[in-house]
This record gives sequence, C-alpha cells and structure tokens, in this order.
Amino acid sequence: MSEISNSSAATMGASPSSRYYVKEHHPENGTLLGFWMYLMSDCLIFACLFATYAVLGRNYAGGPTGAELFDLPLVAINTSLLLLSSITYGFAMLEMQKKKVKTTLIWLAVTGLLGAGFIYLELYEFIHLIHEGAGPQRSGFLTSFFALVATHGLHVSFGIVWLITLMFQIKKHGLTPENGRRLMCLSMFWHFLDVVWIGVFTFVYLMGVLP
Amino acid sequence: MLDHIDMTKLIFGRLSWEAIPFHEPILLITFIGVLIGGAAVLGGITYFRLWGPLWRDWITSIDHKKIGIMYVILGIVMLLRGFADALMMRAQQALSFGDSAGFLPPHHYDQVFTAHGVIMIFFVAMPLVTGLMNYVVPLQIGARDVAFPFLNNFSFWMTTFGAGLVMASLFVGEFARTGWLAYPPLSGILGSPDVGVDYYIWSLQIAGVGTLLSGINLIATIVKMRAPGMNMMKMPVFTWTALCTNVLIVAAFPILTAVLGMLSLDRVFGTNFFTNDLGGNAMMYVNLIWIWGHPEVYILILPAFGIFSEIVSTFSGKRLFGYTSMVYATVVITILSYLVWLHHFFTMGSGASVNSFFGITTMIISIPTGAKIFNWLFTMYRGRIRFEVPMLWTIGFMITFVIGGMTGVMLAVPPADFVLHNSLFLIAHFHNVIIGGVVFGMFAGINFWFPKAFGYKLDDFWGRCSFWFWCIGFWVAFTPLYVLGFMGVTRRMSHFEDPSLQIWFQIAAFGAFLIALGIGSFIIQLVVSYLRRDKLRDTTGDPWGARTLEWSTSSPPPDYNFAFTPRVHDNDAWADMKANGYTRPQEGFVPIHMPKNTGAGFIIAALSAVIGFGLIWQMWLLAGAGFIALMAAIITHTFNYKRDYYISADDVVRVEANRTRLLDSHV
Repeated sequence: MSEISNSSAATMGASPSSRYYVKEHHPENGTLLGFWMYLMSDCLIFACLFATYAVLGRNYAGGPTGAELFDLPLVAINTSLLLLSSITYGFAMLEMQKKKVKTTLIWLAVTGLLGAGFIYLELYEFIHLIHEGAGPQRSGFLTSFFALVATHGLHVSFGIVWLITLMFQIKKHGLTPENGRRLMCLSMFWHFLDVVWIGVFTFVYLMGVLP
Repeated sequence: MLDHIDMTKLIFGRLSWEAIPFHEPILLITFIGVLIGGAAVLGGITYFRLWGPLWRDWITSIDHKKIGIMYVILGIVMLLRGFADALMMRAQQALSFGDSAGFLPPHHYDQVFTAHGVIMIFFVAMPLVTGLMNYVVPLQIGARDVAFPFLNNFSFWMTTFGAGLVMASLFVGEFARTGWLAYPPLSGILGSPDVGVDYYIWSLQIAGVGTLLSGINLIATIVKMRAPGMNMMKMPVFTWTALCTNVLIVAAFPILTAVLGMLSLDRVFGTNFFTNDLGGNAMMYVNLIWIWGHPEVYILILPAFGIFSEIVSTFSGKRLFGYTSMVYATVVITILSYLVWLHHFFTMGSGASVNSFFGITTMIISIPTGAKIFNWLFTMYRGRIRFEVPMLWTIGFMITFVIGGMTGVMLAVPPADFVLHNSLFLIAHFHNVIIGGVVFGMFAGINFWFPKAFGYKLDDFWGRCSFWFWCIGFWVAFTPLYVLGFMGVTRRMSHFEDPSLQIWFQIAAFGAFLIALGIGSFIIQLVVSYLRRDKLRDTTGDPWGARTLEWSTSSPPPDYNFAFTPRVHDNDAWADMKANGYTRPQEGFVPIHMPKNTGAGFIIAALSAVIGFGLIWQMWLLAGAGFIALMAAIITHTFNYKRDYYISADDVVRVEANRTRLLDSHV
C-alpha cells in the first residue's frame, strides 16, 4: 500500500485494546526501501558490465586501444557536468524541504540541462569514435566499452525524462508528500548514476589510457 | 535514400508466411486444437457475459490474493504445455532406435527439449512459487496487501506475456534449439540465425522484469508490513524462506537481464561479447548465466522448504522443531548459493584449484539442507501425525529429495563430474531435486492452502491418486536415467543406435505415462472438489488446525484480510491465540484504507510484449511505435494520484457479521 499515509493513525477514539489485535495499524511506507533495492539490482547490471569490461577490455583484436582513442579533456568536462548536476539536484532537494515550489523547479531544470549536456557530449564522443572506425563491432574492448558507457547514458536519459515528468507533476500538485517521495527516489537515482560514472571514469577512461 | 528502405522489411521484418509451420503436421494439429479450444473459451466468456467481471475483478485486480491465484493458474496451464513436451521426448527416445527415426526430426526435437526446460523453470515453477508467496505471505504477516499492489499486478502480467511469447513461438516461427541456457557460440547469430533464440531472449527478458519487481515487492512487504509484535525471529518459516528467495531474486535476476542483453546485442548488432573472433569470450556468458542460474534453483527450492515446514508442524500437531536452526539454515543456503556456480562446468578448463573450491562449497550446502531434514523428522517424532494429502507430499519429498541430494553431492566431486557431466545421470539428478523438491512442494502447498483461497478443501481420494501416481511415476521415469547415465549415455539425443539401451527408455516412458496420470488426477481433483464443494466446505477458516496467522481469518479471506491487524506475541501466532482464549472482535470496526484496481499494469505489460515481438522479428517500426506507446502509458500512469479508497465501516460490519453467522451455524 505504497500510497497510504501515516498521518490518520493516532486520532482514533478510546478503544478496548485487546491482547491479540490492534485497533488501527498503518505500516510504514516502503517506497524508499523498495526503490533502494531496485537501485541495488541495477547496480548488479552495471557490475556485470564492469566485469565484462574487465575481461574483454584489453582484447583489442588488432584495433585501436583506449590510449589511442580516449580524449581525456572531453571526458573531464563531461564528468564535471554530471558531478555538478548532482550538486544542483541537492539544491533542489533543499528547496523542496523549504516547500518552495518555484526555486525547486529552477534547480531541477538546471540539473536537467546539465544532464542533457552530459548526454550531448557522450553522443558526440560516440559518433566521433564510430567515424574513426572504432565502433562497438570492432573488438571485444570496444564492445564492452560501448555497452558499459551507453548503458549509463541510457540511464541518464531516462532520468531526464523522469525529471521533466516530475517537474510537470510538481507544478500541478505542488510539493505534496507523494511528490516529495518521488523527488527523493529520483534523487537517489541521480546520485547513483553519478557514483557509477565515477567508476566508469576511473576504471575505463583513466586506467584505459595507461600503457 | 528512402528508396533503399524496403517498406515490407520495415513493417514485417523477418516475418513471412514461411514462419507459419504448415508443413509440420504435429504443430498444425496442435494449432487447430488451440484455435478451437481458444474459440470455445472466448465464446463461453462472451456468451456468459464474463468480460466485464473478468476485467474488473481479475485482470485489473491488485488484490494480492487474486494475483496469487492467477499466478498458480498460469503455472498449472504452462505445466500442461511443458509436460506435453516431456511426453514427446520420452516417446521419441523410446521409439527412435536403429532403423526407426521416431516421429520428431532433430530440428524439432531440439526445440522441444529447450522449450521444456525454459517453460518448466520460468513459467511453471516460478509462477507457482511466486503465486503461493503472493497469496500466503501477506496473510502470514498480518498485512492487508503487499507493499506495492500496482507493481504486483504489473509483475504478474509481465510474467504472463513472457509465457505468451514462448507459446507464440510454437505457431509463428520457432523456438531456440540450444538447450535451456542457450550457450554461445551455438546461440550466436552464426550458430542460430533464425528467430528461435530471439524468442528465448525476449520472453525471458519480459518475464524477468516481472520476477525482479515482484521480488522487490515481497521484500519490502516482509520488512515493512509485519503485524505489530512480529519481529524477525517470530516470522513463520514460510515467510522466512520467501524473504530469502526474494533476496536471491533481486540479487540474481539483474545478471540474467544483463547477460541476455549482451547476447542479443551480439546477435542483432554484431558486437563481440561472446563471439569466437575479434576478442569475444564465450566463457564469460557461461559464467554469468550460471551466476544467475545457480541461485535460481535455490529461488525455487527455498519456498518449498518453507511450505514443508508449515505442513510438517501443522500435521504433527506440534511447533516446528529447531525454528532458529531452520532460519539460519535458510540464510546459510541463501549465501552459499552464490559460491557454487562453477560446479555446472567443472569440465570447461578451470583447473584443479578452482574446481576444488567450488566442489567443496557445493558439498557444504548439503549441511544446512541436512539440518532441515532432521528438523522435519524431529518435528514428526512423537507428533500426532495426520496423513492428509499435504503431509503425503511432504513425506514423499523427504524420501525423494534426500536421494536427489545425495546424487548431487556425487556430482559435486569434480573427478566424478568429469565422468557424469552432460549425461542422463545429471538429468536424473536435477529432476530428482526439482520434481521431488519443488513440484512436490507446490502440490503440497496447493493442497494445503486451497481451502484458504476458495473456502473448500480439495478432494482427498483424487489427491491421494495424484500423489501416488506422481511419486511412483517419478521413480519409474528417472531411475532408468540414472542407470543410463552411468552407462555413459549423454543428454539431448533424439536417436540411438545401441538396441540394448531401448528397454531403459521404454521403462522411463512408462514412468512419464504414470506422471501423466498424476497430472490427470490433479485436474480431476480440482473438478470433483468444485462439484462437491458444499460437502468439502470450510466454515471455520482453519480446516487443518494450523498454526499461523493466515488461518485466523475466514476462508476465503475478505478483501481486507483482517478487520483488525493482529498483534503477535509468539511464533505460530494463531496457535498461541487459540491456546490463550482469543475471541474474535465483533464491534468497533473502522473504515479500511485499500488500494484501487487499475488496468495500467496489463496495458504496460501488453505493450512490452508487442515490443518484444517486434524485436524478435526485427519489425523496427512496430518495436519503435510500441516503445513510444509504452513510455506514454507509463508517464500517464504516474499522473494518476488517486490510487486508494476506503472500505466503509458498515461494509466491514456486514462482512464480519456474516462470518459470525457462519461460525455459529457450524459449531
């Protein structure tokens, strides 16, 4: 019963409290726990992709290596966009706590724009690689690279769609408890993608340019 | 540019009239049978004007009890399909010797054994397990529904539409010919260029999402919604096993999703995850799929252990022996199940040290499992045992499963595995534990909880017939396979040359026939029980003298399960309540907050199946349109904020008064 609130429980009149039953019982809402478990399951999908990259990541099959392909300054800009978007999401949550609809929406919009910038740069990088003949079909290394990075990018894209949807819902219904919960879930999702990206940045890009 | 795009290809992809198996008489006759049967069912629903009630009360229902029942129905229907495959295999192997080629060409036979495995695991065992957990867990913990009722409905329909895709492969195109885990490179695009493996991938992806979400749902339910006073060590054992199973689901199914996703990228886009050239690694697939696959077998067996625990203590009239050790054994099995996956491929070149590690961890699992067997035996010791049908299944399980477990320990010894792997010995072993453990457990559970769900017991005579045919049939069908395995006969063969083997296969086929009688008896049991329902009626809500909370409410329970949430003081809460003079509250009822039905789950799952079908046949237009519709449906659903309603206090008063009358009339 995810949508049931906890508020109305305490206000019942005096009742003979039996040893074997309670008059009113409103279990805690499980949404945040459930969403957390979803995130952990998603984390396992990334774990599989990381493991696959660990196994295949040096199988160049005579093709280009990471050191030849990766443009670290571009990835650094990309990384800072995503990290910055996590901070701005944090600002949105602070405004949400103060129940300020307008500033919440502004910070969410900034977050979405930073996320879109991240996706734009990632697509730019992908198209560039494919044009150089370093597409996902080229080698085991590029297959596992594209799978890992694109899966992350798809997650961010869905996050942006969700964010826009949520902005409309906040505009329509205000910062109700339901919307607060939804913002909280998206917050966890967004920060989670940030953490995964730090793994990608370190493990794929930084270690990838090592000889 | 546009001229180069072939419109037919864009719309129909790889689908053409050749995909319809007009040339295969077996399939054609089945198809005609399905058409006639389907028309009869649909016509019947229309004639009796049942579409409205079906949609309102079942398809859109988010009541965990109805969803549980629908899961079990799905499991039973798919059991018939999966068992038809089994009969065909047994008949083929009994006939196809020397000059006789049998009736199934290898191309068809390979699809049959793949479909049999996939269906039995994903669409029989999983729905039955999930269905029973769905029905029983909220009642056992004194809750009114699961934590996310809408998600529950959605999960069910994802599973069902996944099953629908497998069924569609029978008549449109074909199914995989790779065995149930579809190892590359055989399942790669070079080894399997047709749609079979794509059907396999997308039916499992869609059903897998449903399974994962229902796993999350039940964990949140058990963690957050237990009745006051029920701390973790006062939870019924079935709820404990359900919790562990769902933890396994959440921790294992994402791996299946990832690995199948990679396989389909290899097939469609020519990437190199598991290919033989350009730096792919097929062993990566084998490892990943078994990191999912081994926990999967514990996902199936743990709830069965829970069911047996409830039944043994109920029908021995005692509390379960060694509750704490039972809980710890379950948790230990949960953890160990992640440390054994490599025993499925000892022969694939891991080396002696790695094989020893996984051989030893595998053998260690038999220790907590053995502890469970002793706990059940000690529960029965000095109990007043009633040999009702659920108890028969339980005793049949204990004998059968122990032998299956011992052959498993034999296979866990790497040198022995080098001789026995991929032989019929292995087939006999895992049927020994899956039939003897999971299937027996599910039948025990269905017989045990049926009166709770429908308000009348299942017929005793036909239940006994079903048990004895299954149990004897199992041993007649699979003992010959142990023998053949020792003789070195490998699995998945559609033809044999050595005539001295034939007698063993004929005995096995007779065993399969006995099991068919067992399934037939079960169907008759359902029909006879329905016809005799007034005689078999359970007015008390507690027909077996059982011990846990689900038996404290009426049979079937009201929509809200409990008028007042129970307060728990001890293990076996209902036994405690009965022993200490609990009286049912008759007044002071208050309105009850409940979730509202919605069609969104069905619609989103149906759209997922459409996308799956489009991807299987590479109908990119259909898949793309389906995806847009899917996103639209999901977003629309999130704009629905009115998801609950109140059952008024007057309604509760009326329902409870009815129950009071019923109880008084049958003292």
